[in-house]
Amino acid sequence: MVFGVAGMPAGRALAAARGTSDIGWAGLAGSLGLVAVAIALSAFRRLALERSMAWAALRALVQLLAVGAVLGFVIDPARPLVFSWLWVAAMVVVASLTVRSRAREVPGALPLALVACAAGTVVSLGVLFGLRVFPLEAKAVIPLAGLTIGNTMSAAVVASRRIVGELSDKRDEVEARLALGKPWPEAARPYIRSALRTALLPQIETTKAVGLVALPGAMTGLILAGVRPIDAVRIQAAVMYVVLGSVATSVTVISLGLARRLFTPDHRLLPLRRPAG
Amino acid sequence: MLAAVRALFDFDDVVVTAPGGTRMLAGLSTAVPAEGVTVIAGPSGAGKSTMLRLCNRLEVPTSGTVVFRGDDVAGIDPLVLRRRVGMVFQRPTPFPGTVRDNLLVARSAATGAELHTALERAALPADMLDRVADELSGGEAQRCCLARTLVTQPAELLMAAPTAALDPTATRTLERLARSLADDGVAVLWVTHDLAQLARLADTRIVLAEGRLADAHRAERYLSGAEA
Repeated sequence: MVFGVAGMPAGRALAAARGTSDIGWAGLAGSLGLVAVAIALSAFRRLALERSMAWAALRALVQLLAVGAVLGFVIDPARPLVFSWLWVAAMVVVASLTVRSRAREVPGALPLALVACAAGTVVSLGVLFGLRVFPLEAKAVIPLAGLTIGNTMSAAVVASRRIVGELSDKRDEVEARLALGKPWPEAARPYIRSALRTALLPQIETTKAVGLVALPGAMTGLILAGVRPIDAVRIQAAVMYVVLGSVATSVTVISLGLARRLFTPDHRLLPLRRPAG
Repeated sequence: MLAAVRALFDFDDVVVTAPGGTRMLAGLSTAVPAEGVTVIAGPSGAGKSTMLRLCNRLEVPTSGTVVFRGDDVAGIDPLVLRRRVGMVFQRPTPFPGTVRDNLLVARSAATGAELHTALERAALPADMLDRVADELSGGEAQRCCLARTLVTQPAELLMAAPTAALDPTATRTLERLARSLADDGVAVLWVTHDLAQLARLADTRIVLAEGRLADAHRAERYLSGAEA
């Protein structure tokens, strides 16, 4: 059973998948025609982006081929699952480094992101595999962890930058609360709440609008691979709930940790850098 | 020694260095009396606000000591200190919600009578309680912030250039309020760079220059308006 898809014999699924999803090298080369269109448009409009587009297309292809090769090794059912977990750990580290580079004004972003991404991943994978929603095997662990970590990473960037931005913008108000003798968690609460809402709302909106505008990525991929739409929907729904849960977990973890770093134990707000852009 | 105990705040060779290395205070030694209105004046960047923020520990000295009524502020619970030493900021800082919501942030258990007393001491009418704080005029908002601070019943009040953003009428109202609070026994520390305000308000003057107490010559030059 692929990702717990029920109601379709494996052979038929495979045949259907081959029919639609195996585009072959020729197909890939054909899709490069679209990059040529983009480059031609750039040249026509004198955007001077031709070189960047060509480089981006080439780089993406090389990166994906490399990832594909390694994934092929890790996902091989003969391989022990520990390789998958190592892969997941590496994804958490790379995601955390990305958070640090995107949120430079956030003090201690790297350790906070490590803890937040790890917490989001542990909670979501724990639920998925603990409740046997998906079978515990490499081809489920890696894509689900990737999806979770990718979303927690983006949410961690937004949440941490918003918290620093909000406390910096409203410094006068925060200090007025501190000056009334309020402990820092209480003085910071309204501003952290506002930052967390900002970080979580896009995920909630995406969840609400799903299917109305665009079909989500996992579902599109499954349908292209020949899975029945209703089966794809069940998987997609589970995936969305997991993403929502893991994003909420990581954002909460990062807010708790970050607030503690922005205030001193004697209830002072440290000098903050304004987020750029 | 007796003088030190009587002082409200004693600053002893206080240095404050900002994270970037800028010296906000460069060895300030002075005493603030425990009664009346003490006005802290001096040119821009002299360290007036930093001196005030040390009094309720929104700032801490890099070196030196600040003593509050005989006790080093470093040893006092900052939450207790801040309820005792209230502060009104340069710009009005109303919180979201009504004036009542604002006053209840200061002390959620405050009774209706206590809220009315705080409003009255800040020269605001009782029907102000249900007004949205964000919609008040600058002068009203600043008095709302004063009332909010008074709900904690502070024995001392720090005023960080509270009239800098206000028109002359609102400024005079706030000055009168500070005077009447001082007459009621609440010691007031008031920061300003307005020499006329200093003349109107000060029982005691502290003139700072370049992060320390200005010497007599420098203070005289500043007070004469030569470098204001």
